[in-house]
Amino acid sequence: MTAPTTNASTETADLPSDAPPIPEGSTMVTVKIERYNPEVDDDLHWESYRIPALPSDRVLNLLHYIKWYIDGTLTFRRSCAHGVCGSDAMRINGVNRLACKVLMKDMFAKKGETTITVEPIKGLPVEKDLLVNMEPFFEAYKAIKPYLVATGNDPTRERIQSVAERERFDDTTKCILCAACTTSCPVYWSEGSYFGPAAIVNAHRFIFDSRDEAAEERLDILNDIDGVWRCRTTFNCTDACPRGIQVTKAIQEVKRALMFRRR
Amino acid sequence: MASTTATAAEGRPREEAPRAKGTLYRGDLGMWSWVAHRITGVLTFFFLFVHVLDTALVRVSPNAYDTVINTYKHPLMIVFELGLLAAVLFHAFNGIRVMLVDFWSRGPRLQRPMLWTVLVLWLVLIIPAAISMIARAATELFGG
Repeated sequence: MTAPTTNASTETADLPSDAPPIPEGSTMVTVKIERYNPEVDDDLHWESYRIPALPSDRVLNLLHYIKWYIDGTLTFRRSCAHGVCGSDAMRINGVNRLACKVLMKDMFAKKGETTITVEPIKGLPVEKDLLVNMEPFFEAYKAIKPYLVATGNDPTRERIQSVAERERFDDTTKCILCAACTTSCPVYWSEGSYFGPAAIVNAHRFIFDSRDEAAEERLDILNDIDGVWRCRTTFNCTDACPRGIQVTKAIQEVKRALMFRRR
Repeated sequence: MASTTATAAEGRPREEAPRAKGTLYRGDLGMWSWVAHRITGVLTFFFLFVHVLDTALVRVSPNAYDTVINTYKHPLMIVFELGLLAAVLFHAFNGIRVMLVDFWSRGPRLQRPMLWTVLVLWLVLIIPAAISMIARAATELFGG
């Protein structure tokens, strides 16, 4: 059993005896994690772990190492571990990233000891360690009706769309709902009611889809005080998106649709 | 059925759950331009506020107005004058950048080159202005 976490920052002196042998070519790095256990802690606090890392490791591997061999109570989400499911969004060295997509070879310090800081994403309530309550995020997502709305009889085969029409919203189809963009937004941190970039990206995906008929309805929802006009174009979301979606561009296109497309 | 022990076992209610504060978010350059835009905007507002006040003094008494304006002629006021120029110039150029991001379809993609352009233009204008203003103030202060 691991000792209950204390508020003091602790450093594990030695690797546990049951840890696998340190592989050749690995470097010792310090992983500093902002931790919180609602059962014993009053507030979030930092803990450091000194563990071996290979250049081919992802930050997720380091978290696994800590969870499996040092402290089994370390809590974080991850499912596919290959940048597709979007469950391991966290703040790595100050910016939102997917832990499974950050390679250690890009993280080693040029000189001296490498320290990697890992924090939960900002603006959402922390449940435990790196795990946050995603409910407010998904509520905003659901509010923009992220599904096809079409009237009339369903076509017998498929809803035909030209290549150009499909291309129009291609970028925003890539979203995996990891919340890296929404929780990188300074407006979202302070204005808890802002829809956030991810919800707008998913609205964009249907607003500009020629097969969909509820664009006006979604534009109305986003014309709200907590809608697209809250965006201050800081581009943090575009920088944070692990799928490379031009998030700010999508938000701006929704703004322009509101200004010029409607009468 | 509600008991105090039950809530203790469940931990704190969700609304009280802490939010990550942690380190400073190392955001995109666009975030820093937004921060600078806000700061220069507030500085410019304070200048306008003072400016409205000193101009309004003319209605109170022309003498009081002259006294206040004379204090502005002190060479050390160059610090404020230069600060105002720097704030207004950045706010103006970055404002054009923000408008291009808003209204030009290629704006969001070119936001970083546009920010560099803003900074270059700002330096090109502020350096000669600073040199000439500081030189003038120095001559006034130390004699030429």
